[in-house]
Amino acid sequence: MRYVLTFIILFAHWIIWSGIFDAYHLSLGVISCGIVTYTSHSLLFERKEFRAVHIKEVTRFIKYFFWLFYQIVLANIHVMRISLSPRMLDLIDPRIIKFKTKLKKDISLVTFANSIILTPGTITVIIEEGYYYVHALDRKVAEDLPGEMEDRVGHIFMEDRHG
Amino acid sequence: MAPVAVVLISIGVFFMFSGTIGFLRFPDFFTRMHSTGKSDTLGIVLTLTGLALYNLDHGLTLASFLVSLKIMFIAIFWFAGSPTVTHAITRAAFKSKIEPWTKDGRSVIDWPPDKEETK
Amino acid sequence: MDNFLLGVSIFLSVLAILSLYRAIFGPTDMDRIIGVGAVGTKTLVILILMGFIYKRVDMFIDIALLYAIINFIGGLLFARFFMRKGVL
Repeated sequence: MRYVLTFIILFAHWIIWSGIFDAYHLSLGVISCGIVTYTSHSLLFERKEFRAVHIKEVTRFIKYFFWLFYQIVLANIHVMRISLSPRMLDLIDPRIIKFKTKLKKDISLVTFANSIILTPGTITVIIEEGYYYVHALDRKVAEDLPGEMEDRVGHIFMEDRHG
Repeated sequence: MAPVAVVLISIGVFFMFSGTIGFLRFPDFFTRMHSTGKSDTLGIVLTLTGLALYNLDHGLTLASFLVSLKIMFIAIFWFAGSPTVTHAITRAAFKSKIEPWTKDGRSVIDWPPDKEETK
Repeated sequence: MDNFLLGVSIFLSVLAILSLYRAIFGPTDMDRIIGVGAVGTKTLVILILMGFIYKRVDMFIDIALLYAIINFIGGLLFARFFMRKGVL
């Protein structure tokens, strides 16, 4: 199953990036995608079987993505106002804050860390033993952490049911 | 499509401009990372989206559709890849004991702050 | 429209030169690395704009993708190097 899915994804990319549709190039694509699928089929999909849960995860992730994009634009405007203001040194209060997370799975830890980095004003510096070290640009963005975003990420990957 | 593309490109370039200004003005390495890593990312995503829309303006053929799809692929790749690079470089800097610039000298604090801690 | 794209690419070149200031005079080595990365992001957009100006987007888009990947891998490589050796 995952062989087939990996092959389909790789071959779609091949078609898009080559843009040539004669038999020679298509057969080259089939051969090279086959080799890559054989050597690295376990990278893209870790699990062997697929259930309906995973499709739900994908739809929830897309919904989360739009919410995240809205947050990114809002926070970007905030940071833009700081960096363009003439009294910039008064406005910022940078420090590394350390808080405990309740997320367990690797995928949700990575998603949460990436979301923190994409939201301007905060950078995930390091994750150690369930603690996030986050560099925050000022007081206001630090107060929004961990907050709503962590709950949403936990909700996507069903942390509370079978974490 | 062209007016939408112009608006998107202008907003994206303005974000990149503010990112560069912040990059030059902020006081230390970590704060510079904020502006270069993220304002630039949003700027690139908006600009490339605008360019992809503008590309469709010349007539919707298969070739131009593929080109727009490729531009969007670069935008998505950048959207996923830029936080990774930011995190890797910041982690390297933190591990090699670069002190962040702070106002009161306490670089790492627990969160949420305790009750006795006052602003 | 071509004039608009040309103006945008000139403005982005100015921004790239401003970022180059940090890459050359940055106080620490890490500043130089993120300066190079910032120049790379501007160059990526300028490449695609060049494709629109010269009406060869299908060719320039592949160069832009390669540039994005090289920028990504380069940043990761530098981070890995500094993780091992510490900041010089």
